[in-house]
Amino acid sequence: MATTTTTVSGAGPVVGSRSFLSRLREGDEIARLITFLFAASVVLLTFLLVFELWRGSVLPRHTFGFSFFRTSIWDPVFDQFGALPFIYGTLVTSAVALLVAVPLGLGAAIFLAELAPLRLSDTLEFFIDLLAAVPSVIYGLLGIFIVVPLMRQVVQPLLKQYLGFLPLFKGPAFGLGFLTAGVVLAIMIIPYIISVSREILLSVPRDQREAALALGSTRWESTWKIVVPFARGGILGSIFLALARALGETMAVTMVIGNTPVISASLLSPGDSIASVIASQFKEATGELYTQSLIELGLVLFLLTLILNGLARLMIVITSQRGSGMGHV
Amino acid sequence: MSARLRWRKFVSAFMLSMTGVCAAVAVSALFLILSYLVYHGGTSVSWTFFTRLPAPVGEAGGGMSNAIVGSAKLLLLATLIGVPIGFFGAIYLAEFSGSTTAFVVRYAADLLNGVPSIVIGIFAYTLAVLPFKHFSTLAGGFALGVMMIPITLRSTEEFLRSVPNPLREGAMALGASKWKTIATVIVPSAYRGILTAVLLAFARVAGETAPLLFTALGNRFWSPGWNQPTASLPVAIYNYAISPYEDWHRQAWAGGLVLLGLILVINIVARGILARGISVSRT
Amino acid sequence: MKRIAIIALMGLGLTGVLFSQGILSITGAGATFPFPMYSKWFDEYHKKNPNIQINYQSIGSGGGIKQVTEGTVDFGATDGPMNDDQLKAFQEKHGCSVLHFPTVLGAVVPTYNVPGITASLNFTPEALAGIYLGKVTKWNDPLIADANKGVNLPADEIIVVHRAESSGTTYVWTDFLSKVSEEWKTKVGKATAVKWPVGLGGQGNEGVTGTVKNTPDSIGYVELIYAESNKIPYGNVKNAAGVFVKASLAGVTAAAAGAAKEMPDDFRVSITNAPGKDAYPISSFTWLLIPAKFSDTAKRDALKGFVSWMLADGQNYVEALSYAKLPKEVVAKEKKALNNVQ
Repeated sequence: MATTTTTVSGAGPVVGSRSFLSRLREGDEIARLITFLFAASVVLLTFLLVFELWRGSVLPRHTFGFSFFRTSIWDPVFDQFGALPFIYGTLVTSAVALLVAVPLGLGAAIFLAELAPLRLSDTLEFFIDLLAAVPSVIYGLLGIFIVVPLMRQVVQPLLKQYLGFLPLFKGPAFGLGFLTAGVVLAIMIIPYIISVSREILLSVPRDQREAALALGSTRWESTWKIVVPFARGGILGSIFLALARALGETMAVTMVIGNTPVISASLLSPGDSIASVIASQFKEATGELYTQSLIELGLVLFLLTLILNGLARLMIVITSQRGSGMGHV
Repeated sequence: MSARLRWRKFVSAFMLSMTGVCAAVAVSALFLILSYLVYHGGTSVSWTFFTRLPAPVGEAGGGMSNAIVGSAKLLLLATLIGVPIGFFGAIYLAEFSGSTTAFVVRYAADLLNGVPSIVIGIFAYTLAVLPFKHFSTLAGGFALGVMMIPITLRSTEEFLRSVPNPLREGAMALGASKWKTIATVIVPSAYRGILTAVLLAFARVAGETAPLLFTALGNRFWSPGWNQPTASLPVAIYNYAISPYEDWHRQAWAGGLVLLGLILVINIVARGILARGISVSRT
Repeated sequence: MKRIAIIALMGLGLTGVLFSQGILSITGAGATFPFPMYSKWFDEYHKKNPNIQINYQSIGSGGGIKQVTEGTVDFGATDGPMNDDQLKAFQEKHGCSVLHFPTVLGAVVPTYNVPGITASLNFTPEALAGIYLGKVTKWNDPLIADANKGVNLPADEIIVVHRAESSGTTYVWTDFLSKVSEEWKTKVGKATAVKWPVGLGGQGNEGVTGTVKNTPDSIGYVELIYAESNKIPYGNVKNAAGVFVKASLAGVTAAAAGAAKEMPDDFRVSITNAPGKDAYPISSFTWLLIPAKFSDTAKRDALKGFVSWMLADGQNYVEALSYAKLPKEVVAKEKKALNNVQ
């Protein structure tokens, strides 16, 4: 992403300040004004969104304060709301997703950047980009009818049989739950890891590889020990990006996670995530505290993705600057 | 050859072929998804599916006609809202603005882009449903439009910026004012990229479900006008998928096939347009 | 190309306008419990009155209560009657009250998926409370086995399924459990959404049915028609008179018999654990929530027209879908109450 362009700003011949009217007549001032209004509306919308989220969550913030994040009780009857089960669910499913998606995605990116001839690489990248375009609800559909039965009948019993001594795999095999949601999320975020990592790897200067090979390393060694570490900032950035995507996923998760606000060490347990609980309970939250607690959850999610996206971009920019030779090796 | 070298070569060959396996797995996911949709939904994509309204619960013979038309209306609204704002805002960023305003606008757009779709749904509910006291196609279109804005804005800006300066300077040397340059020279030459950006943004929101849950709600009949709740394809797929009725499951698969087919076609067409156009710097 | 696009846009805009001419569209939302009945009714009513579309969205009773209070839908539907706080909130927001209109009687059944068992198991109230409290964890627990002598129950762990969202069916279920189990009453309580001690959440009656159907060793509570039309077994429940009753039209009607005579004016009544040897203990009315004042007279008249039709012809459709007809005393009372909608 190292494009350098220079823009020609300020229109017309610079002959001092022409009269406002003559500029107006030529339409430039109007054009500037109109396009400014459109651009400003973007800022206005964003501001409105943050404002509405903040204003809409005032009640739980005053009632619970920071204990909102430490409590795990979600009780609409007694008006007790705690965000912990949902934060836990969001983090656990994302962690599982990353554990599955990063090795697979990085491996695929290495193949596409280092091994595959350019045409094959581009064609495969084309398919990966198409995978990124598949909507969440379709992943959910496949999740319910294909992944969940597979989990319940094959994978989870196997895990319980061989690894059941671990607290990670205790409890009945529901099919729904953290593990299933994590696996479905993994498939959804792989394309992001692949396409960004591939770009970053491709931008690593040739001399790095050639130097390693000249010193006698194998292809794999030069890739794994020289190229990847060089690109690690950007790869980390792609992981953050994928994570930000995973955190906000709603439909696919809510269809397979089990919709139960529970904190459990077992991956086989059903649970809930922030996005999922908002989707299933927002329309029917009766009472201001209930509704606003859900909005506060939305605010939390928004802040989390904001931070992650910011970090991601930072890492990617830093690495690609290194790649174009602007940083030191 | 020493044993150590043989080992290293073996490791190298092994790991590299593993990466090939990873790539194969990732790519095959797409084809698996398509195959499942075709297998389960292919037979249900029928004339009934496209032309009939939903039947009462438990009765066979219903279709998703209102969901398909509803989605079309929602996407039309989304485009009408998202594209002008994104397009003209991008023109401002690329041609008129100073660097501080540009930074603010870009930052806001990136922020908006990262907002999870369910939060956009909450936003649209508080802004477009509550004050008007009903769920509507307009509210749903608004939510989707908001999602289209940042994608359109950033991509259009990139393509506008990539128009080579000699074109700009040439037009101005001939005496054209700024807006005329933009309208007749810059935008037409970036036209392919902009179209691609719009199509990709369109495909992205076509599949969105979460923002519609609290805005367009749903409708078992045709939605009259623009001010009533409306059925939409993604929401219909969701509702039918989690139901216990076999007939509805089949319709969900069919709906999924139609939806994914539409999105993939738009994506392929968009990338095709871009590939055949002026080569733009790879970003 | 541009011209085609412009014409297409104008055409769509035109259809938008044309479509809305003459069609009165009313939106309602709420309970999933009676959704099979409502979808049939509104469909039939639309056939008889093609210019009236009553669009009902099954999002759960809590959703019905919330959205009718917010004013975003024209009417709501719930099987858990609104409590006094909720009624007050509506009054404050709208300046008028909201009226409950019973539509049908239904039953909530314990449905299960135990491998090898197709017969109807007997459930005592203690067993059901124990299962949902998380104290009865295996299918062959004595509390279940004792009521089912001769049935080979496996030693598998019970997978409990409940509603993920705010639900009137939950209200009926927890109302029953609160009446039969002191522990349930103090620990969990009765409401449309509670803090469940154990279990998995499903979305709507539809979701719970689907989950039970697909998950071996599971148990869930759903409205009768969902278990029947999906052909999953459901159990007999012991009623207040000590008899194991299978949910049926007769059982539900018997449960409502007492309430019919003493129906309060606002129609909010609970008929769970009703006395009588034929009564099915987990029965309930389900209500439409209609605001007492409508600013849109066309909508008001259409809705009142529907309710009148529902109380007369509409009742002839209910038994085919395993709901029970309203007792005639209730129907008469409702006809009079309809005049309060202005």
